[in-house]
Amino acid sequence: MNLTLVLEMAKATHTGMVRSHNEDSIATDPQIGLAVLADGMGGYNAGEVASGIATALISSETREALARHAPHELDKNSGSPLATRLLREIIARANTSIFQSANSQPQYAGMGTTLVVTLLCNNQITVAHIGDSRCYRFRGDKLQQITRDHSLLQEQLDSGLLTKEAAKRSQNKNLVTRAVGIEPEVEAEIRTYPAQTGDIYLLCSDGLNDMVDDEDIEMTLATIGSNLPLVADQLVQMANDNGGRDNVSVVLIRVKKDFPADDGLWAKFLAWIK
Amino acid sequence: MAKLILSLDGQVIKEFTLNKERSTIGRKPHNDIQIDNLAVSGEHAVIMTILNDSFLEDLGSTNGTLVNGQPVKKHFLQDNDVVEIGKYKLKYVNEVPATMSQAEFEKTMVLRAPAAGSKAEAKSLTDSQKIVQAAVKLSDTVINAAPAAAEVSRSASVPAPLPDPAAAEVPKSVSASAPSPGPPAPARAATAMAGGQGTIQILSGPNAGKELPLLKPLTTLGKPGVQVAVIAKRPQGHYITHVEGANFPVVNGRVLDAQAHQLNDHDIIELAGVKMEFFLRS
Repeated sequence: MNLTLVLEMAKATHTGMVRSHNEDSIATDPQIGLAVLADGMGGYNAGEVASGIATALISSETREALARHAPHELDKNSGSPLATRLLREIIARANTSIFQSANSQPQYAGMGTTLVVTLLCNNQITVAHIGDSRCYRFRGDKLQQITRDHSLLQEQLDSGLLTKEAAKRSQNKNLVTRAVGIEPEVEAEIRTYPAQTGDIYLLCSDGLNDMVDDEDIEMTLATIGSNLPLVADQLVQMANDNGGRDNVSVVLIRVKKDFPADDGLWAKFLAWIK
Repeated sequence: MAKLILSLDGQVIKEFTLNKERSTIGRKPHNDIQIDNLAVSGEHAVIMTILNDSFLEDLGSTNGTLVNGQPVKKHFLQDNDVVEIGKYKLKYVNEVPATMSQAEFEKTMVLRAPAAGSKAEAKSLTDSQKIVQAAVKLSDTVINAAPAAAEVSRSASVPAPLPDPAAAEVPKSVSASAPSPGPPAPARAATAMAGGQGTIQILSGPNAGKELPLLKPLTTLGKPGVQVAVIAKRPQGHYITHVEGANFPVVNGRVLDAQAHQLNDHDIIELAGVKMEFFLRS
């Protein structure tokens, strides 16, 4: 099913005002409803290599897998939509690929990447993430973060040690507890939510949410949300105007219409005889 | 690394570096920071340090612990906080060194247990593992500590008054071993600019004469569905950009393209058939 007419996507990535190069990597494929954002880490160019492998491999393998199966089909073993299993397997392969490059080539030693991937199908959005790259949903003028960072800070928030206000002043913002390519295996957190017409999903690297408050992101979407490419540029610009201390990347996805999956004649027939 | 400066009546007595994950304060000699005074409990308070953040917790002392004049049970210490125990003062100093090279600071790091294979990293990883343990331990104390857990989280939540909003945005740190972050963050953007308050005055149509001060970081103009433009307030000035509609805004008689266009004092904007003037009110 081609989703180009149903989904609008926009993206922007920028080195920021301080760093010498951009270790973020982003990819979108509106046709299959896929968006990938990775924030690499590791010395020299290794961070770029890690995030680049992640986005390229996940895009191409998802495209290939969806040519064979519809993502909304239910998995026989788990009963959950195939999209979940598909993303889990593909992210595992990206992990292996980065881990092996890091261990076989000294210049890439220790490289890794955070990751957030969204796949839309059948009026649903499946979100997979590892580390502190985020996905937000903007619905009815309200912005809500739908991923929970895998970071020391989030653990401290969860344990009640820090409040959201205090967390803004923490000096331990950069420690993630999970990343792709660091260990032989990694577990992605994968969740599926219903998507509605008018929803805007925002994927971003921590270069955005560390520099721009959620309220300002929400205000931007509420004010100029009708023009997604402009929102993408504006968010990057706000991060840079506030200091731009890190690479900043955003991907925006707007749901323009309902997108129920086409189950084919047999399903229609079954529905008719019920 | 953060430190505490102990003083009595304005006289500095001693400095303590917070280099342990747990530093105890009390009257008895086994404390890391011993204050030999009867107003101080045997085990009075403890400071937990996780990488660059330190948390003070009163251990149920007889006379209590104050931070910046307020009694606290648990407190997230900020640079220049003053902890008072009896007549003694402990100033918490956690400065951001301005000399760190930019390449070094605030890289994202993974916190994890040592991997069996990579020996090269084993040492630094042991450090981070310790930190994980410290974090876990600390959260345990938060959850188990004290009769009222709710009270703990509440008192932990009371933010200390900050001397300077810019100081609040301390950059991220390098790693477990590095002392600490880079240069202080620049002040937040979108504040008032030197040129004065940007304002739009409507020149034609039914609202002619009305003024619209540009107070927000983004202000939209026009009619949704017909033609909309946005004016963004940035540190460098005001910029107008086309948002939606078939027609693009006209500034001083020239039609704009999709790029943002910087506005100058007394520029004339035409939008959805309405003429307006941008000016800076001093």
